[in-house]
Amino acid sequence: MNEFKLPDPGEGLLEADIVSWKVAVGDTVAVNDILLEIETAKSLVELPSPYAGVVLAILADEGATVEVGAPIIRIGRPDEASASVPSPSTSGAGPATPPAVAPASPASEALLVGYGAKSGTATRRPRKGQVADAPPAASVPAVAEPAPVTVPPAEPAPAQGAVAAVEPAPVPRAKPPVRRVARDLGVDLATVAPTGPGGTITADDVVAAAGGGSAPARAVSVPQDGERRVPLKGVRRQMFRSMTASLAVPQATAFVEVDVTATMQLIDTLKRRRDFTGLRVSPLAVFAKAACLAIERVPELNSRYDAASDEIVLPQDVNLGIAAATPRGLLVPNIKGANRMNLLELTRAVNDLVPRAREGKVPPAALSGGTFTITNIGVFGVDGGTPIPNEGEAAIMCLGTIRRKPWVVGTGEHERIEPRSVCTVTITFDHRLVDGEMGSKFLADVSTIMSDPALALLF
Amino acid sequence: MTEPAGTTATDPGDVPVQLLAPDGRRVDHPDFAFTGTDAEIAAHLRDMVLTRRIDTEATALQRKGELGLWPPLLGQEAAQIGSARATRDPDLVVPSYREHGVAWCLGVDPIDLLGTFRGTDMVDWPSRPDGFHLYSFVIGTQTLHGVGMAMALQREHRVGNDDAAANGAVVVYFGDGATSQGDVNEAFVFAASANAPVVFFCQNNQYAISEPTSLQSRIPLYRRAAGFGFPGVRVDGNDVLAVQAVTTWALERARRGGGPVLVEAFTYRMGAHTTSDDPSKYRTRDEEGEWGARDPIARVKAYLLSVGAIDQAWLDDLAAESEALAERLRAGCLALPEPLLADQWSNVYATTPDRLVRQREEYLAYEASFAEEAR
Repeated sequence: MNEFKLPDPGEGLLEADIVSWKVAVGDTVAVNDILLEIETAKSLVELPSPYAGVVLAILADEGATVEVGAPIIRIGRPDEASASVPSPSTSGAGPATPPAVAPASPASEALLVGYGAKSGTATRRPRKGQVADAPPAASVPAVAEPAPVTVPPAEPAPAQGAVAAVEPAPVPRAKPPVRRVARDLGVDLATVAPTGPGGTITADDVVAAAGGGSAPARAVSVPQDGERRVPLKGVRRQMFRSMTASLAVPQATAFVEVDVTATMQLIDTLKRRRDFTGLRVSPLAVFAKAACLAIERVPELNSRYDAASDEIVLPQDVNLGIAAATPRGLLVPNIKGANRMNLLELTRAVNDLVPRAREGKVPPAALSGGTFTITNIGVFGVDGGTPIPNEGEAAIMCLGTIRRKPWVVGTGEHERIEPRSVCTVTITFDHRLVDGEMGSKFLADVSTIMSDPALALLF
Repeated sequence: MTEPAGTTATDPGDVPVQLLAPDGRRVDHPDFAFTGTDAEIAAHLRDMVLTRRIDTEATALQRKGELGLWPPLLGQEAAQIGSARATRDPDLVVPSYREHGVAWCLGVDPIDLLGTFRGTDMVDWPSRPDGFHLYSFVIGTQTLHGVGMAMALQREHRVGNDDAAANGAVVVYFGDGATSQGDVNEAFVFAASANAPVVFFCQNNQYAISEPTSLQSRIPLYRRAAGFGFPGVRVDGNDVLAVQAVTTWALERARRGGGPVLVEAFTYRMGAHTTSDDPSKYRTRDEEGEWGARDPIARVKAYLLSVGAIDQAWLDDLAAESEALAERLRAGCLALPEPLLADQWSNVYATTPDRLVRQREEYLAYEASFAEEAR
């Protein structure tokens, strides 16, 4: 006896409607006789018989919607008809009830060929080397002879039992941008209640879930009276607190406009080097290197005030903080011992740190112990500003956007105006620890290196 | 001012070359003649009947869930058999993806064709002869390949030799829809520029999936060749004798060094574009009936019976042969072997580079690291 399972007559279809049966129980059919007509999302299709024999049972009614892969007809020898055959659907329902009429949750995935993926059977084969880790039932070693028992029953197990046993967790439905938001906010989509069309998860759903859970961020309450109320917590609360605390520090700001054309040329050269392959080489790394070199000459920029002992503390290493705008808010992870790194190592460290900060994956250790910070507001197209030092640090350096500008070059009769790449560098410092001369000297050193990176050899 | 010429006026060439009328009468044509014997015509009938049987069986296999997809050739048997039987060594034949009849004539085992559509194989077939290229599923891309092969024949000095038997040409198949592609037009430009020995064999089956030819071109397709500077001929694509006569002429001309020809075989796809398509949504029963009356097999059968070249016993034998072929195809399809992981490195390079050999070994070792699959 053979069972004909509903094939996928199109490409990747999951179900079809039975339009009409062309045969009845008891009819004799030959291979390729038309058995029935079905309608899919694409077309009306006649299905030919793969088997010759007598129709023993019709398992799906006209008008029923049947899942691809579900048995729809039994064909065999006449004497097989009397054999008691349990219906694959339920024992009591009888053949009038179509088996596995397409449920809401898809039990099989759409495939291009055949009956679609078998649900629940996609468990991975165990690795040979991992037998010890496997549960006892699975650790039976493969035997050369066929096992004498566990002969599969000729009939498929009742569908109900099979489905109940392997009920797959529904895959959350969300568009890629929404998945990105969820990743940025560290939200597990499986925990989000969908409100979008067709049970999809929207970005707002993710944000709401982030607000309700442990993840801080842009949790926004329902607008009321034309106002939105944002809970002050997490990164945002930390920024609120530390910036308020910094008001207690008397601060001074100095800035300088630098011709960084040579730095841009250096970056072009580095990009072509094999050891920089795959790294994002940006002016930020050169600025970081310049800051570390300049700090060696003016270590006060890398100092802090210890109120408990009323002393100025000068760390040997520069733990270079890099301010990063992340979906969760402002984060300043720092690169430990940045002063001991060469430009390649610094570039690698920046490449490693900044994306991780954006994804919220920075280890807590990288968020504390900073000694000096640079912030690149140039990425926002801003020329300059007066940044506020991180709490517990003596200074912060700010990089403006690099623009092509007219610049006076040459001297005497060779003096002329040329288009150059120009950038404003700003330093804000704790005037209790750093005086105007130190701050200016630091800024001049950074400026020197940026305008002619070769001069870094002198440092 | 009057309309420029050549855009709307009809041309005598618009009437397709025909040598066998739908009722089975042989008709004369001033330029083309079929010179073969009735026995050869009977052989064509056999080819067409068996090809149609392969096609219906493959369609049925798809309907049973054994193939993912099948592009039926129903109605296009004469265009394919007539043109394929005009080729000879060292010609090169470049199909699209519906050329099951051409594949049959060139000796491809029809079971091999199924692997691609069953998803057990890549697009190459163990039984494929060297002169027959792979199926191309990207529309029109093969025309450029074909022109390249034709230019290679030129460089190998296999065109225009005094010894006619040493000369070869390329015949490349595509559909009316492909003529709207850039690739096909570029192929025309290159072929004309190089005077390449290539026959562009367009089976105009009237539909680019659901788009009728009338929406794609304001002039008959064969006339496009004139704009590229080579001849175009429209032939009754349901007339196997005319197709063979025209293609033989075009190939012989190309082999001699005469350059490219566009053959427009005016035919009709009686079936769906593929098994995923439902043509009743975009064309009428009347239209299908009209073309059904011009069936390529019926007219050959009528002719051969009328001249006594075949009889009912001959047809019965052919029917039995068809059924046996269908049964072989059914069994062969189900017996197609599952693909092996190692296969994906087998068909890319003639000599697999070391790097890929290492990669293959790594993957196979990884696969072998799993316990036997419980079935």
